[in-house]
Amino acid sequence: MAQPFVKKDDDDEEAEYSPFLGIEKGAVLQEARVFNDPQLDPRRCSQVITKLLYLLNQGETFTKVEATEVFFAVTKLFQSRDIGLRRMVYLMIKELSPCADEVIIVTSSLMKDMNSKTDMYRANAIRVLCRITDGTLLTQIERYLKQAIVDKNPVVASAALVSGIHILQTNPEIVKRWSNEVQEAVQSRAALVQFHALALLHQIRQNDRLAVSKLVTSLTRGSVRSPLAQCLLIRYTSQVIHESASNSQTGERPFFDYLESCLRHKAEMVILEAARAITELNGVTSRELTPAITVLQLFLSSSKPVLRFAAIRTLNKVAMTHPMAVTNCNIDMESLISDQNRSIATLAITTLLKTGNESSVDRLMKQITNFMSDIADEFKIVVVEAIRSLCLKFPLKYRSLMNFLSNILREEGGFEYKKAIIDSIVILIRDIPEAKESGLLHLCEFIEDCEFTYLSTQILHFLGIEGPKTSDPSKYIRYIYNRVHLENATVRASAVSTMAKFGAKVESLKPRIFVLLRRCLLDSDDEVRDRATLYLNTLGGHGSEVETDENMNEFLFGSLEVPLVNLETSLKNYEPSDESFDINSVPKEIKSQPLAEKKAPGKKPATGLAAPPSGPATTVDAYERLLSSIAEFSSFGKLFKSSAPVELTEAGTEYTVNVVKHIFDRHVVFQYNCTNTIPEVLLENVAVIVDSSDAEEFSEVASKPLPSLPYDSPGQTFVAFEKPDGVTAIGKFSNILKFIVKEVDPSTGEAEEDGVEDEYQLEDLEVVAADYILKVGVSNFRNAWESMGADYERVDEYGLGPRENLTEAVNAVINLLGMQPCEGTEVVPSNSRSHSCLLSGVYIGNVKVLVRLSFGIDGQRDVAMKLAVRSEDESVSDAIHEIVASG
Amino acid sequence: MELCPSVKNVLLLDSEGNRVAAKYYCDDWPTNSAKEAFEKAVFTKTQKTNARTEAEIAMIENNVVVYKFVQSLHFFVTGGEDENELILATVLQGFCDAVGLLLRGHVDRREALENLDLILMCLDEIVDGGIILETDPNVIAGKVASQSVDAGGPLSEQTISQALATAREHLTRSLLN
Repeated sequence: MAQPFVKKDDDDEEAEYSPFLGIEKGAVLQEARVFNDPQLDPRRCSQVITKLLYLLNQGETFTKVEATEVFFAVTKLFQSRDIGLRRMVYLMIKELSPCADEVIIVTSSLMKDMNSKTDMYRANAIRVLCRITDGTLLTQIERYLKQAIVDKNPVVASAALVSGIHILQTNPEIVKRWSNEVQEAVQSRAALVQFHALALLHQIRQNDRLAVSKLVTSLTRGSVRSPLAQCLLIRYTSQVIHESASNSQTGERPFFDYLESCLRHKAEMVILEAARAITELNGVTSRELTPAITVLQLFLSSSKPVLRFAAIRTLNKVAMTHPMAVTNCNIDMESLISDQNRSIATLAITTLLKTGNESSVDRLMKQITNFMSDIADEFKIVVVEAIRSLCLKFPLKYRSLMNFLSNILREEGGFEYKKAIIDSIVILIRDIPEAKESGLLHLCEFIEDCEFTYLSTQILHFLGIEGPKTSDPSKYIRYIYNRVHLENATVRASAVSTMAKFGAKVESLKPRIFVLLRRCLLDSDDEVRDRATLYLNTLGGHGSEVETDENMNEFLFGSLEVPLVNLETSLKNYEPSDESFDINSVPKEIKSQPLAEKKAPGKKPATGLAAPPSGPATTVDAYERLLSSIAEFSSFGKLFKSSAPVELTEAGTEYTVNVVKHIFDRHVVFQYNCTNTIPEVLLENVAVIVDSSDAEEFSEVASKPLPSLPYDSPGQTFVAFEKPDGVTAIGKFSNILKFIVKEVDPSTGEAEEDGVEDEYQLEDLEVVAADYILKVGVSNFRNAWESMGADYERVDEYGLGPRENLTEAVNAVINLLGMQPCEGTEVVPSNSRSHSCLLSGVYIGNVKVLVRLSFGIDGQRDVAMKLAVRSEDESVSDAIHEIVASG
Repeated sequence: MELCPSVKNVLLLDSEGNRVAAKYYCDDWPTNSAKEAFEKAVFTKTQKTNARTEAEIAMIENNVVVYKFVQSLHFFVTGGEDENELILATVLQGFCDAVGLLLRGHVDRREALENLDLILMCLDEIVDGGIILETDPNVIAGKVASQSVDAGGPLSEQTISQALATAREHLTRSLLN
């Protein structure tokens, strides 16, 4: 028993022994006094410096005083002629990074070393001096640095060149004068000198496109030998190609031959750099890709993990845009699934999932199953996401993919991993109708043994929507009711809501649901009991009056129409009184996008787990209060929408004016926010004269001028128009600011009695269709779309003409319609050729509108768009199409 | 855009993940605790892998980390997400082999700490402020060793191993004093 202990102690001692054992900063600083000895002992001094460096390297810090003291002591060591000690002194000075007035102390010593006959002194002195020096000293040593750049000793030349690269960040004008010497160094026979010289030369010229292009042209003819310099040149070349791509769309790509020739270089780092450069070319063709893919394929079977990783990582990126180009490597990649390095294996699998065809899916899934058990969660999530997109690509293969997902769902895993699986299953159920029944059963099985409340509630909510629509809804009830027995209060409450949804939708189940709900009335938790009571009443389980079907559906399935943030703000402002809280008074406009809306589909916040609010929406309230305080406008009714301020003047003018458009059912109010930026004048009787001759449907009904507008205190003037009810009248208005100017005495601040009438031309203002649409999101677009029905659906196709990319087209349409993008569909993945975007909003008159946009872009960058609209009103659907057609 | 290949840090850890020597060339890890946290993450993520015959590679905190274990020391070189992996691997190889030469094949924590001055000089010769200075292990070790001998005969008259032998003797003596 004693023996192992003794042995262990031995081991510990062995492992823990260190020459620095028990080292302490204070003691070492004391020791540093040996630097001041008149008879220097180089060994002892080296030893002390090593200790100091050890402390710094372990993260110890010196106070300002300590550092200064050590610095001064160290400078004494320049007296010694010991080379080793001198080297340590250089290191120490760099670590201490002395301040300007301290630098002066060592400058002369370092300059002496710079001109020494010993190359090591010269190289290191240059590096140290350039590291610690500032601009003023640089001009003194510039001459030496220029000489050093072309020194025949490569170490000295490299030291000067690398120092030049560092100095360029702070003192570019000095380094730029070395251009000739640097150019000479580029031709050096020493590999590293060439590399450093090329890096510096490019940085000197980087803002001169023509010079860079010339540099690349001359060097690609083949005077660069160093592999590192070759890599640099490839990077510069692809930059030049990128910048010149636009003017040679059809012809041969410039410098492509050079890149291709680099694929045959003997250094692997150059081959990789060139292959990567080719795959990243803008609009690369499959013919250009082929040679690069071929060399990467060879790398895949290398014995070096780094090489395999680099190759598969590049191929993975290529597969995102050109999956077909990578299929040749499929066999090599399949053998990488068993790679020791898990990063390589994961990259191989996700690449295969992108390149695989329908027939290989089953085989692939078998291989992945073995693989999943021994990788970390972070890799598993990547694989799950790849499988999700594969399934959407090959819907016929849903069976094996769904099986795979359900199998991994049963295995151990953390929350993020499980969530990724659940999200994937939910998306598959939504998008592949055949997968619904099996998918729902997998989810049911999962919640039987789920430790994550968030996931349970999410699944229960989803079951409530999808379950009743299946062929045999009753089989889900057991799973749901089990939750009421076995889970915590949050999950129980969710389960009650889900059962109620089944009861509402499936008439035959209703009596049984009532029985189950009545049992919940005895639950220990308030929320659960409340919900059970509420649903029993709504569904008529208490024999009380049954609500109409429509109301009931709206109540159970309708989504919350107001953003949660706004609801929270309104509830906070609500003061208990006889008047009950009216949900219709909550503003519907989304001001700051709540977190809930940003989440990907299938991640709806479950009841009781709402996303935290992100900033209250107060601007709408403020406008409403402001407008209702003005007597002329009080009869206009409820404010429908206020636009964002539109600037009517340019920045920096005497008077700055912006306008906010307030839309009411039958009126439009323009609120002009004016600011007087001249201290010497006071404006009085400020009003805006609006010419509405280009807006026929509008007629001016009221105007409220601003009595006085002193310097730098903004004021508002209003103009109101009447418009036909329910018509989305649009038009252009020209504006003139009219006022009386009075000079102000700068000393007293008093205005003169008499003023002069004056005008100031403002820019035109337009009321557009988007002003009549409120941005209102829906949490589940698909549900909303289906429940809206196809009665008033209008579909048409439009050509949007040439666009830079799809993102631009999507944003243009979103801005034109002024609707809320749903489920994150406003984001277009880069390089995609097609995209779908979902929008929702409320049209004036409180008509809900949903829009589905499908975009496609062709080789000539022409964008085509299919627009499908559903709304509660035929005319509104038509109106949306009109907006797009005329926009 | 950063076009010049750059190294974010070079780490030398012992077999328990403690820092033997480390040099950071960028501001991604501003404090010592941030550095230690990164070193811990790197060490735990890599310790179970076999990086002895060939250098291995991993993505850690959106950085490319190449690493190699020699005897009881762990060598790491970190670069940005888009850095050419093979350039980093070349730096790593230069570092490993140079240290191996300087420690005369005894690549362990004790030997490294006893010759810490050589290790630090070695780091100083490999990377300067993130820019690769030299990658050839013989040249690196030669530069470090040449600076540790007494300014006797010129380096050309000594072979590197002779220089190393002298250097080592010299330093062991000085540290044991």
